[in-house]
Amino acid sequence: MKYISLSTQDIKEMMKVIGIDHLDDLFTTIPEKIRYPGALKIPGPFSEPELVQLFQEMAEHQNSYASLTSFLGGGAYPHFIPAVVDYVSSRGEFVSPYTPYQPEVSQGTLQAIFEFQTLICQLTGLDMANASLYDGASGAAEAVLMASRITRRPKVVLAASLHPQYRQTIRTYCRNIGLILEEVAFTEEGRVDLESLDKLVDNQTAAVVVQSPNYFGVVEEWAPVFQISRQKGALGIAVIAEALSLALLQPPGEAGADIATGEGQSFGLPLAYGGPYLGFMACRQEFIRQFPGRIAGETIDVEGRRGYVLTLSTREQHIRREKATSNICTNQAWCALRATIYLELLGRRGLRELALHNFYKANYLREELSKIPGLSLKFKGPVFNEFVLQLPVAPSQLEPYFREKKIIPGVKLEEDYPQLKNCLLICATEVHSKDQLDKLVEVMAAALDHRPKKGGQS
Amino acid sequence: MYPNDYYYSQDHEWIKVEDGQIGVVGITDFAQKQLGDVVYVELPEVGTQLEFHQTLGVVESVKAVSDIYSPVSGEVVEVNQALNDNPELINEDPHGQGWIVKIKIKDESELQKLMSATEYEKYIEGIEE
Repeated sequence: MKYISLSTQDIKEMMKVIGIDHLDDLFTTIPEKIRYPGALKIPGPFSEPELVQLFQEMAEHQNSYASLTSFLGGGAYPHFIPAVVDYVSSRGEFVSPYTPYQPEVSQGTLQAIFEFQTLICQLTGLDMANASLYDGASGAAEAVLMASRITRRPKVVLAASLHPQYRQTIRTYCRNIGLILEEVAFTEEGRVDLESLDKLVDNQTAAVVVQSPNYFGVVEEWAPVFQISRQKGALGIAVIAEALSLALLQPPGEAGADIATGEGQSFGLPLAYGGPYLGFMACRQEFIRQFPGRIAGETIDVEGRRGYVLTLSTREQHIRREKATSNICTNQAWCALRATIYLELLGRRGLRELALHNFYKANYLREELSKIPGLSLKFKGPVFNEFVLQLPVAPSQLEPYFREKKIIPGVKLEEDYPQLKNCLLICATEVHSKDQLDKLVEVMAAALDHRPKKGGQS
Repeated sequence: MYPNDYYYSQDHEWIKVEDGQIGVVGITDFAQKQLGDVVYVELPEVGTQLEFHQTLGVVESVKAVSDIYSPVSGEVVEVNQALNDNPELINEDPHGQGWIVKIKIKDESELQKLMSATEYEKYIEGIEE
C-alpha cells in the first residue's frame, strides 16, 4: 500500500467532516491528566547535514564494533553478512507491510517463511518447524512449556551449561504455573554430568533441556542425554545458540531430540544491540498440535495451483484464546527472511565450509593461547567456535592492556558462574583473520608478562 | 432429524443411554453445521472423571475451536478412536458414527436437566431466527 502525505487543505477538509476544530481534539478520549502538557523539549529541527554531523560526533565518542577487534561470543556471534542479504531484504514489499499473512496478497512472504521452515527442518533433522519466535531464549522457554503440556508433568531438568540468560528466561516464563525447574551440573570436561542426569530425571520430568555447543563452547553428546530422557518418558529439548554449528555437527533430530530450538542470529543478522534476533523451533510430527507460533503451509488454490497459507491456526491465541499453545501472535518474519536469503545464498556446501572455517580458527586460537605459560584450557571437551580459557588472574586486571590495543578478549564467566574464577569465554569466527588471532595471543602473553606483580598473586 | 430417544444439552451435545447406565455422547447436527469441516478432535483419557458441564474435549474445525461439555457427571469408559484418523465422521454422521465418548453415568436423574428432541428442535429454531 502506498503512502501519500496530506496537504493542509486535505487536513482541513477531514477535520470538517469529522467535526473538529483542532487536531488536538482527536485525543479528547485520553484523560487530560495523563496527557503530556505542551511540546516536547527537544532541540532542532536540524538540517540533514547538521543531523549527520551530530550523530557522527556522538559515534566518535563510542567504541563501535567496527573500531575494535572483539572475541565476544556467548549467544551472539560475529559473522560476515553478504550484501545480497541487505539488498533483497530491504525491498519495499518486504519492509513496509505490517503482518502480511493474507494469502491473497502475501504469497511472496508466505513462500519465504515456508522456505525458512524447510531449512530449519533440514538443519535440525526434525519434521516440522514454525515461522520463528523472538529469540533463542524465548524459544527455549516455549519449548519447556510445550513439553509440560504434552507430558502433563511438572518437572523440568535444565543443564547448568545452558546459556544463563536462557535459563533466566525459562524461569520467568515458568513462574506461577507450578513448574519445578532443576539443574544438572557439568563435568570437568565441560559437558552434562550423565550420572547426575540419570538420577534427576524421573517419571515426573516433562523435559530435559541441553544446549550444544553449550555456553562454554563445548560440544555435548546429545544421544546419551536423550536416551535417558526417553527412558523416563520425558521429552528431549535440544538448544542451539550458535546456529552455524548445525552445519557441522549431528542434527539434534538424529540424536533423538523431540524438540530443537535456538538462536538464528548467525544466519545473516548483525549483532546490533542484542536484537532483533531470530528464534527457531522444530519438533517431531506427533507434537505438531502443541507447537507454538505461526506455521506456514503449502496447499493448492481452487485452480490447483500451489500456494502458501498460514495453517493450523486453531492452536493460536486469536482462536483458542487462553487455551492457545502460546500467547505469541507474531514471528520475526523479516529476520527469518534474511536468514533464508543467507542460507540459500551459501547453500549446503558453502554453509558447511563456513562452519569448518569457524572450527579451524577457534581451535587454532585455543591451541596457541593454551601454550602461553600461566594459561590453561578450562574444559577438555571438543569445541566449535568458542572455548573457555583459565587465566591466572582476574580478566579485569588485564583489561587496560587489551583496551589500549583495541581488543575485547572475551566474556567474563565469573559473574554467571562463580565457580569459574578468572575464566574467559573466547570466540573466533570467519571474520577473524589469522593476523588478528595471532595478535590476541601476542597481547595476551604481553599483558600477563607486564601486569604488576603484587604480593600474593602469581 | 433428531432421534427421539436422545437427550440434548443447550451446548448442542446429545446423549443416548445404553444398557448398564452408559451414556454415548456426541455433538448435534446443528453444531457440526456451525463448525464446518471438522479436522481434529481432542479426546479425553479413559478413566477421566467428569462433572456435569465440565469440558471433556475439544472439536476443531478449519476456522474455529469448540469445547465439548459433558451432559452428565460420570467416568469416561470409552472414546471413539476412529475420530483420530477420520474426524469428518462428526460432519457425516453426527448422531451415529460421529459419537465422541461413552460415559458411565453417575446419577441418571441429571438427565432431567436436558432437553427432549422436540424441545431441542424448538430451541435451535429460536437460535436460527
